[in-house]
Amino acid sequence: MEKVEEIPKETLLEIYKTMHKIRTYEETLAEWYYKGKTPRFDISAGPIPGELHLSSGQESAAVGVCMHLKPEDALIGTHRAHHFAIAKGVDLKKMTAEIFGKATGLSRGKGGHMHLFDANVNFSCSGIVGASFPQAVGVGIAAKLKGEDYVAVAVGGDGAANQGTFHEALNLAAIWKLPVIFVIEDNSWAISVPKEKSTAVAKNSERAAGYGIPGVSVDGADVIAVYEVAKEAVERARRGEGPSLIEIKVYRLRGHFEGDPQHYRPKEDLELARQKDPLMNFEKLLLEKGIATEDELNKIKEENIREVQEAIDFAVNSPYPEPEEALKGVFAGGE
Amino acid sequence: MARKLPMYKAISEAIAQEMERDENVFVMGEDIGAYGGIFGATTGLLEKFGPERVRDTPISEAAFIGAALGAASKGMRPIVELMFVDFFGVAMDQIYNHIAKAHYMSGGQVKMPVVIMTAMGGGYSDAAQHSQCLYGLFAHVPGLKIVIPSNSYDAKGLMISAIRDDNPVMYFFHKGLMGLGWMPSPPEATVEVPEEPYTVPIGEAKVVKEGSDVTIVGVAKMVYEALWAAEELEKEGIGAEVIDLRTLVPVDKKTLLNSVKKTGRLVVVDEDYRSYGMSGEVIATVVENGISLEAPPVRVAYPDVPVPYSRVLERYVLPDKEKIINAVKSIM
Ligand SMILES: Cc1ncc(C[n+]2csc(CCOP(=O)(O)OP(=O)(O)O)c2C)c(N)n1
Repeated sequence: MEKVEEIPKETLLEIYKTMHKIRTYEETLAEWYYKGKTPRFDISAGPIPGELHLSSGQESAAVGVCMHLKPEDALIGTHRAHHFAIAKGVDLKKMTAEIFGKATGLSRGKGGHMHLFDANVNFSCSGIVGASFPQAVGVGIAAKLKGEDYVAVAVGGDGAANQGTFHEALNLAAIWKLPVIFVIEDNSWAISVPKEKSTAVAKNSERAAGYGIPGVSVDGADVIAVYEVAKEAVERARRGEGPSLIEIKVYRLRGHFEGDPQHYRPKEDLELARQKDPLMNFEKLLLEKGIATEDELNKIKEENIREVQEAIDFAVNSPYPEPEEALKGVFAGGE
Repeated sequence: MARKLPMYKAISEAIAQEMERDENVFVMGEDIGAYGGIFGATTGLLEKFGPERVRDTPISEAAFIGAALGAASKGMRPIVELMFVDFFGVAMDQIYNHIAKAHYMSGGQVKMPVVIMTAMGGGYSDAAQHSQCLYGLFAHVPGLKIVIPSNSYDAKGLMISAIRDDNPVMYFFHKGLMGLGWMPSPPEATVEVPEEPYTVPIGEAKVVKEGSDVTIVGVAKMVYEALWAAEELEKEGIGAEVIDLRTLVPVDKKTLLNSVKKTGRLVVVDEDYRSYGMSGEVIATVVENGISLEAPPVRVAYPDVPVPYSRVLERYVLPDKEKIINAVKSIM
């Protein structure tokens, strides 16, 4: 984190603010998720329907990358996407309403937590592992054909890097020199399968060499390191120099999905996740270096708590969609 | 000896017994090892058989489902799990252009004893990419057998049949029938299961309730919705016969036709999309065989829209008991 002194204070505070907002949001969602499910985890009960994949511990990946993005830049996320959604500027109230299955949600309750779409900030994600990579290639083609300077970021987990789509997309983006940044968020696990049992190379960044593009690995415990690496990749893409691959090593503080008993996970891994917590690390750094005072950080925290609470209130108090809405919107241009 | 087993345990028991009987049987898939399968279908297998025969795979469906073909061509009998049927897209070429066609295209030189087992079905707000049934899509492709158990007895017997079959069999289990603690399941799906291995023949439907006024046909969870509807209809003096098809390919025409001949009325219940699928096929089978009906057949099927996330929306589109009752009454 040597570079931290070279970054303006307001940028550092913004990084902190967004990371903390994500953490607050996710932990609050988790509380809501388990309401009405006691004594056992029942996927069909409670105010938040369906599955829930939270990203606590992985905030630095989203914030470090998205700090360099404009609303016109596309970000295509995965099944675990709240952190990228928030960092990309997705409307928090509408996103929360969507997650609660409400009519006021981003997609009127049709998409849900794994399928957040906010066209205003060019954000999308999906529940199919490996789907993001080729889609980002297409955004890159559009930028090139239109002669515009937006970029596309495709996010995938370490598990997703074993899909054919990843390799095909890297090759396409490389041969066509497209403005695409491939982000592998490596939390060591694809549900219960550890990366060392699924991936033939130690670092996914090494795979970039196979396609003749730059590949960098960065420690997600250090958000400033992520910020620096992402800056270079985004600038390179905007300059028309083509794609890059960034692997960000993060740790999952929670289960794969809420309710995951994590029987497969060694205790040491959870312990490591706590040590590598990017939010705690960054908070400590800001205080130790005297960049921010406790008061300043507390003020930020309070604002975040308020904003998250407003989003939850909005979602909880919003109506459910009319059931007939289910039949509408299959095709554009009518019902 | 028989004891009650939930469907997920019946499936894993079937696989374990076949692995013991035949060393060529092995399992591959995502999270089928230490996790025991997301829906529990491979519970305990890793401990019993080790990581060589119970192989956790990377998220590389095209590769490991395609690999099942290669292994089968060398006399192995692979079982591969496609975690949710919705994920078929990434591996579809291997399934429908290769596994399904190798026997035919090789003029019979190659056998494909592959089982592709996969979870299907909605009702728990997992939205459009995790809630589909899609069996109609696979049933449309020549060369794939399609089985869909609705209870733990059939689940074990059909799995053993599928493993022993020399053809590719797609084995669909409905998540909402598995008997998992976290996923509500009708208690009726957990039935007595003999400890010893046995088979349920592929291609035989089952009359699960007799009746003389109307035939209701379904598979998987819809069998229970049909049975619950039949119970209510009985109170109003309408005798519904309920058929669990159990196998879509090959389909048991005899049981279907005999029933419709007797009742003269037909309602098909389908959690898969309405158009171009199982419901149309069942009706066509009846009509093509010249069975005269006393009223037009009715489909209670999933409408042709993606599965929505919000509970109110999903409930509105999923077929259920009430919709079946209304459908039956509309043709009485
Ligand atoms: C094509 C496809 N295959 C399998 C799955 C099931 N699945 C969902 S998440 C997941 C693990 C993903 O691991 P990774 O890419 O490392 O992301 P993480 O969950 O660790 O963030 C799997 C196997 C899926 N959703 N899509």
